[in-house]
Amino acid sequence: MEVIQLDKARNTNFLKEVEAESGQKLSTCYQCGNCTAGCPGGEFYDRQVSQIMRAAQLGLKEEALGNRSLWLCLACSTCSARCPNEIDVAGVMETLRSMARREGYVNDRPIESFWKAFLDMVSMNGRTFEAGVMADYMLRTGRGWSNLAMAPAALAKGKMPFFPHRIKGRKEVARIFKRYAEKRS
Amino acid sequence: MKLAYYPGCSGEGTSKEYDVSTRAICEALGFTLTDIDDWSCCGSTPGHSLDHALSGALSARNLALASTMEADCVVTPCPSCLSNLKHAKHRMEDPAFKAKVDELLDEPTPALPEPYSVLQVIVEKLSMEEIAAKVKKPLKGLKVACYYGCLMVRPPKVMQFDDYENPMSLDNLLVALGAEVVPFPLKTECCGASLGVVDKEVTSKLSGRILERAKQFGANCVVSACPLCQMNLDLRQSQAEEAMGQKFELPIFYYTQLLGLALGLDDSALMMNKLVVSPHALLKSLDAPAEAVAPEAKAEPKAEDKSDEGAAS
Repeated sequence: MEVIQLDKARNTNFLKEVEAESGQKLSTCYQCGNCTAGCPGGEFYDRQVSQIMRAAQLGLKEEALGNRSLWLCLACSTCSARCPNEIDVAGVMETLRSMARREGYVNDRPIESFWKAFLDMVSMNGRTFEAGVMADYMLRTGRGWSNLAMAPAALAKGKMPFFPHRIKGRKEVARIFKRYAEKRS
Repeated sequence: MKLAYYPGCSGEGTSKEYDVSTRAICEALGFTLTDIDDWSCCGSTPGHSLDHALSGALSARNLALASTMEADCVVTPCPSCLSNLKHAKHRMEDPAFKAKVDELLDEPTPALPEPYSVLQVIVEKLSMEEIAAKVKKPLKGLKVACYYGCLMVRPPKVMQFDDYENPMSLDNLLVALGAEVVPFPLKTECCGASLGVVDKEVTSKLSGRILERAKQFGANCVVSACPLCQMNLDLRQSQAEEAMGQKFELPIFYYTQLLGLALGLDDSALMMNKLVVSPHALLKSLDAPAEAVAPEAKAEPKAEDKSDEGAAS
């Protein structure tokens, strides 16, 4: 069994940071487990949602940020809908993911690569288009080949345009991403 | 009623038939759609997964554009776009969050209009009796599992639509159209969303369960209101079949296609041919005389490929 030394591992500021950034009162969580019970991703997680909530509450930053579950969360919000204390648990998961990313705890790079491929497309064109995002993602990661099995059906149905729709205001959209990148650096 | 329309990116690609049928049914029901001029992507899942302020800014640009239009309200067919637009609007009620978003935009955002789903406008502005009165071709013989997915109803505080555990708007609509609605306990379970791109296992299993349960409850088709759910259940149905070790062969319609069909719209407005799991055998069986429905439906699958064109028109 894994032993966590509370006196050494605790970061007392961490809970405050998570509460401030997510706008949620994590301290009201009493571990009923509703979030975990309804989570469709739970069977694929290495830490359950309620465990992550507890870790954040106790200020166990490593535990809260260094898990794969944050990157598998489907953002379905079942946990938020069912929390008896009205905590937006999915919002907290998202906040933790954001923090994990900023602090270099990225545990599942393919997912992040997919998001980046997607957003780069938006930044360039103002809109996204599936074929371009998929190609970019596969080039970045060398993964995702199982998606190619879907390509013939999608192509045959004319569902995969080869070129993006570039909007007039794409520079305006690109500036959003530029400012976002500057703020974060 | 005038609606400012946010189509969403997938409407230009994988969910073309949703966009086209949405426009057609809105026209038939007396709603005038005007596209938000030069709309941009809301950031979708990648946007809010990385940063709420980034997602907020990408969404706010569109709501700000919509606020300059003369429309009664802003609508989108896509629950994922809607979720981003609504979250942006609601989070920006907090001045600190609004300041973060405004920092990313060229200009500070004006007061933003509340966005709604096309479905919500239809079921709230029209009574089911009014809709039933417009039905030219009742959908008798369709046994539908209504699949709402996550985002249309959750989180309830933001989405403020229907019951978040047991929504009924699609059920009521389909009943008004003459279809039989089967009880379906997985109405709001997650299909695996965009994780299918990077982790086929998760999506195949979650979508597989939805399809399996629909079949077990006697459905001969599923109706969806979400481009991503529809894609996972339709385009990826073969992956789900592989994961579950069984065949489903369930057509996955957009509710707008079935509404259009019942209203008697032409197939060019419904684009049934865009569906990957062919619905044509099923739709043809609806045209058959009532007493012949069962044998016709059974005999149909082999002829399905040849009769692909125009079966619904």
